[in-house]
Amino acid sequence: MAIVNPAADAFAASGRAEPEVVEYPGERASWLQVAPLVLVLLLFFGLPMLVVLAVSFFDFSRTEIIPAFILDNYIDLFRSEVTLRLYASSLKFALIVWVVTLVLGFNIAYFLVFHVRGLLFQIGLFLLCTVPFLTSNIIRMISWIPFLGRNGIFNQALQGAGITSQPLEFLLFSDFAVIVAYVHLFTLFMVVPIFNSMARIDKSLLEAARDAGAGRFRVVAEVVWPLSRTGIALGSIFVVTLVMGDSFVVRTMSGGQSASVVSALQNEVAALQYPPAAASAVIMVIIVTLMVAAILRIVDVRRELAG
Amino acid sequence: MHGDDTRPWTFYAFAAFFTLFVLFLYGPMIVIYILSFQGPNGGMTFPLNGVSLHWFDALISQTRVGDIAGSFVRSIGLAAIVAVVTVVLSVLAGLAFRRRFRGSAFAFYLAIASLIMPGLFVGLGIALTFRLLGLPTEWYTTALGAQLTWTLPFGLLIMFAVLGRFNRSYEEAATDLGATNWQKVREVTLPILLPGIIGVALFGFTLSYDEIARTALAAGAKNTLPLEIWAMTTNVTSPTLYAVGAVTTIVSFIVIVVALGSIALVQRRRAAAGMRTE
Repeated sequence: MAIVNPAADAFAASGRAEPEVVEYPGERASWLQVAPLVLVLLLFFGLPMLVVLAVSFFDFSRTEIIPAFILDNYIDLFRSEVTLRLYASSLKFALIVWVVTLVLGFNIAYFLVFHVRGLLFQIGLFLLCTVPFLTSNIIRMISWIPFLGRNGIFNQALQGAGITSQPLEFLLFSDFAVIVAYVHLFTLFMVVPIFNSMARIDKSLLEAARDAGAGRFRVVAEVVWPLSRTGIALGSIFVVTLVMGDSFVVRTMSGGQSASVVSALQNEVAALQYPPAAASAVIMVIIVTLMVAAILRIVDVRRELAG
Repeated sequence: MHGDDTRPWTFYAFAAFFTLFVLFLYGPMIVIYILSFQGPNGGMTFPLNGVSLHWFDALISQTRVGDIAGSFVRSIGLAAIVAVVTVVLSVLAGLAFRRRFRGSAFAFYLAIASLIMPGLFVGLGIALTFRLLGLPTEWYTTALGAQLTWTLPFGLLIMFAVLGRFNRSYEEAATDLGATNWQKVREVTLPILLPGIIGVALFGFTLSYDEIARTALAAGAKNTLPLEIWAMTTNVTSPTLYAVGAVTTIVSFIVIVVALGSIALVQRRRAAAGMRTE
């Protein structure tokens, strides 16, 4: 298959089988080659994240941020009841979207890997799933408006078929719309890693299981699913971090009625309240890191890729 | 699967499910392209009230819609710069990871952390850093850097995938035949990697062209196209929104087709050249 698991190759490429030596041959060349990328990431990712951490302890007035070392931003955050509500809302979205994208992603990957015959056809269908990823998220999001609106296509269809007599109000600008948009935007992040894992499964294992008398469902549950867990873990990390870190979808699709931790943070930034926003970002990063660590604890991605 | 030609019933169930998913993926997008040709008196949803180019015209002529043309030019320029930088830096870094070196785990996890960090936080950090340094945020400095924290990890992961299938015996053959290091890279390594490199460029360009979360706080005074569209979603309630969606998606599709087309061309030429030498 044309697509292989990137992280596996990262570890493979780092040559784990070689014995430990103080200096590796060609190490200087490698440093020179990797340096530009590392420098850009340190400058525009590493340093800014440290600045966020520092500013989270700063004081602020209406117009400026004042260097200091105070814990007020964190204390306010933990005292506020809003914080808990926002996290509950973000976690609820993350959980629902994770379950839905996992079910969709697993089945789509399964279909592409085990049912579609012919490499060209498989690549074609895979591209069909991936092309929307390379188009605008905002446009894909707003394309649900004519579908879900009060006079939108769903309501017209439902009323036309006589199923409902009045337009359903909950479709657009609601949690429902937010979840539809998330699933629409993020399912791909589940499909691709699971596809990569499944494509590496030796098909003779499935036949062996079948020959040993396992039914369809047992083959999937006891062979395919366990062997796909690296992809499932990577996809889960993508989906959970994307939903937890989102503010744009929740704002647009809920019509401002729902909020997430990050959309509240964006409001603070708009009001130039940088230190509280920074404190909120730090807490969020800690929580997301714990979630990623939990996923990696259940599935040791690194060992599975290396082993 | 089985060698025989009969397909199990589950195949048809999965095929139906997959078709529904593709409809779910493309249906809404297709609908807004249709609705962008809405007549001048038409609304945001069906029925179509005539067919016209009114809303595309409004996109160019109406100033209250915003600076669509200006932001479009900026976004294309920015995406081109991001694509070039992403290709150069991730190809170099990808080559570095073929050898073992101290610090490789650090570089790898730095890239992964940068990839999964919520985008808005990266933009916030960059905005704060430049504010504290007393430097202005501009689309061609801070927004460029912000987008690279997203495209570089992607580029690196694609290079890992490409290099994982790379057969090093071609390079060894070049060395055995007396090629210098530079000749080897230019005439053997890079041509073999070319399809993958085009893929990195495609990702770099389109991810930048559509990026919003990292750019939002780091773009400075002048908006990129996605930010302009984002602003439109809150104050424009006409099919102009769909018209801009249609235009921007057509640009994405042109880029995708050009990239995939050139990959196919490279592969075909290679296949043809392979046959000639046999």
